[in-house]
Amino acid sequence: MTRQRYADALNSALREEMQRDETVWLFGEDISTYGGVFKVTRDLREEFGEHRVRDTPISEQTLTAMAVTAAMTGTRPVLEIMYADFMPLTLDALINQASIYEYIWAGQVQMPFVLRTQGGGGAGAGAQHSKSLDVLVAHIPGLKVVAPSTPADAKGLLKAAIRDPHPVIFLEHKLLYNTRGEVPGGEHLCEIGKARVAREGSDVSIFATSKMVHEALGAADQLADDGISAEVVDLRSLRPLDNQAIVRSVEKTNRAVVVNEGWRFCGYGAELSATIMEQAFDHLDAPVERLGTVDMPIPYSEPLEAEVLPNAGKITAAARRALR
Amino acid sequence: MKNTPSVEELLEIYRKMVVVRRIEEKLGDLHKEGKTRGPLHRCDGQEAVGVGATAMLTPADYVTSTHRGHAHYIGKGLDARRTVAEIFGRETGYCKGRAGHMLVADREHGMLGGNAIVGACIPAAVGMAQSIQLLKSDRIAMCIFGDGAAQTGICHEAMNIAALWKLPVIFVLEHNEYGLTVHADAQSSITDLSNRAAGYGMPGEKIDGNDAVAVYQTVSSAVERARRGEGPSLIEAKTYRMTGFSTSDMGGYQPEYVMAAWQQNDPIDRAYNELTQNIDRETLDRVRVEAEAEAEGAFDQALADPFPSFEHHAASAPYSGPVS
Repeated sequence: MTRQRYADALNSALREEMQRDETVWLFGEDISTYGGVFKVTRDLREEFGEHRVRDTPISEQTLTAMAVTAAMTGTRPVLEIMYADFMPLTLDALINQASIYEYIWAGQVQMPFVLRTQGGGGAGAGAQHSKSLDVLVAHIPGLKVVAPSTPADAKGLLKAAIRDPHPVIFLEHKLLYNTRGEVPGGEHLCEIGKARVAREGSDVSIFATSKMVHEALGAADQLADDGISAEVVDLRSLRPLDNQAIVRSVEKTNRAVVVNEGWRFCGYGAELSATIMEQAFDHLDAPVERLGTVDMPIPYSEPLEAEVLPNAGKITAAARRALR
Repeated sequence: MKNTPSVEELLEIYRKMVVVRRIEEKLGDLHKEGKTRGPLHRCDGQEAVGVGATAMLTPADYVTSTHRGHAHYIGKGLDARRTVAEIFGRETGYCKGRAGHMLVADREHGMLGGNAIVGACIPAAVGMAQSIQLLKSDRIAMCIFGDGAAQTGICHEAMNIAALWKLPVIFVLEHNEYGLTVHADAQSSITDLSNRAAGYGMPGEKIDGNDAVAVYQTVSSAVERARRGEGPSLIEAKTYRMTGFSTSDMGGYQPEYVMAAWQQNDPIDRAYNELTQNIDRETLDRVRVEAEAEAEGAFDQALADPFPSFEHHAASAPYSGPVS
C-alpha cells in the first residue's frame, strides 16, 4: 500500500500499462509537453516519447474518431478530453462509430480505446466547464462507462479500462485529483461492472457515483450522529451497472437514496431509481429518493453554484425523508 | 508516364467497373419492382474513381468509404456475391446482414468500411494512419469521400492533423457535384477543392475522375509518397452522379444537358477505348459479358441465401448492459 493522490494514481496506471504494452499510446490537448492541465500525464513524454504521448490540435471530433479506428487497427489509444463539457464534440464518433461496429460488422473488429475526461462542479469553472454529462454516454449500448471516486479505484479501473477490448469512457472529477488514499502495491486491477460498498449500514442505502460518494460518506457521518446507520454504495461502473449489488443493499436496508452529479431530469438517478423499482420493489419501505444537480445551467458565483449541486446536506435530508 | 497501369491492370479495372455498373443497374431494376429495402445510393458514372483509386492497394491497406461505396468495395477486392448478399440483408453478407449497403466492411480486404455519416470516413482513415505510423508498418490508409463531406468540420480537422503528423493517408475526393440535391456551387466558394491542400501543407491535385488511367497514375504516386513516410495527399477526382442521390430521390435538379454531356464521358466506355489500343474488341466484349454475368450471378445466389436469425445476433453481440 502507498498513499497517493488521485491524479498520481492515474499517472501510475498509465505508466504501468505503457510499460507493459507498447501499443498503448496517449493523445489529447496539452497532455505531452505540459503533462495535462490536471497533470495526470506528467513526465510520461520523457519516458515514452512524443509519439506515444502526443499533444494535439483542438480537434475533439476528429481525435475521438481517430481513437475509434486506431483501436480497430492494432493500437490501444487513451484519449484525454480536457473537460466533460466538451463531450458533445465527441458524440458522433462515440454514438455513430465506436458503439456500432463490433456488432454491425459481425465481430470483425474490436475497439480497445479509453476516453478519459473530467467533469463536475464546485470549482467556480462556470457553465461550460462544470457539468456532469455521464448519461450522454451511459445511454449508449456498446460503450462502457466508469467513474472512480478513490485513488485506488482510479488506478485499478484505468488499468482495466486500457486492457478492455471494448470502448471505455473514463469519467474523472476535477475536485478529486488532489484527494489522497491508499493504493494497493503491485498489479492492481478493478473489475469493470462491480460496485463497492464504501460504508456498511443497515437503515438506508445511498447509491452514489464519483465525487458524490464522498458527499454520501459525509451524509452518513451526519446521520450517524442521530443514530441512523447509512450504507454507501459506490457504483464505480455506470455501464455495465452492478444490479446485484444494488438489490443486495436494498434488501438489507429497505430504503434507497440515489445521487449522481448530473442533472436530475432524465439523469442517471432515473435509471437507478427504475432499476430499484423493477428489481427490489418488494423490499422497499419508502419511495426512492433521487438527487441530482438542479435542472439549470451551472452558475459561476460561489453561493449560486453551491445551491444547484447535490451535497452531503441534501443527501442527509433525502435520507431522512426516506426514513420518515 | 510514371505509374501508368499495365494492360492487365487496366483490364481488371475495366472488368470491375462493369461488375459495379451491372450491380447498380440490377439494384435500380429491383427497386422499381419493390424488392429492395431502405435507400440505395448508386454510383453509376463514378466507377473509375473508386475502382481506379484502389487498384494499386494491397489487402493490408485500409480504405474507408461513404454511403455510396459499391465501387470502393469491389475495387478493394470484395466479392460481388457477398456484397450483394449484404445489400439484401442475408446471413452470407460480409456483415451477416447487420450492416446493409451503406456500412459494408471486410477486414480481410482492409475495407473498414462504408460510413453513412457524411464526412466520418475522413478522420476514420486518419486514425488508421496513426496506428500504421505507431506500428511502423508499410500500410497506407485511404478515405474516399465526396464534395459534400469536404464541407464538414471534421474534414478540416482530419486534414490538418494528417499533414501535421505526416500520416500515411490518401484523401481521395470523389467530386460528383452534389451533396444530396445541393450543387457544389452552393456549398463552397471555390470550384476546385484540391486548392485547399496548400493550406494544410500537403500536395493537392485535380484530375479527370472519369479517366481510370489518370486516377490510377495520380493515386499511385500519392500512395508511394505515403509509404515513404512523406505524408498525406489530397486528390480531387472530378466526376458526376448519374442516378440521383438515392433510390428515393425524385430528381428535377440535375440539368438534362449536363447529364447528356457526362453520358458521353462514361468511364467504362473510356477505359474500353483505351484498352482497344492493346486488346481486340472481341476479347474486351467477352470480358464485359463475363463481368455482367458475374454480377447477375451474385444476385441469383444472394437472393437465394438465408436471412439471419435474431437469436444468433444477440448471442454474438458485444455487450455492455447490466451484469445481472
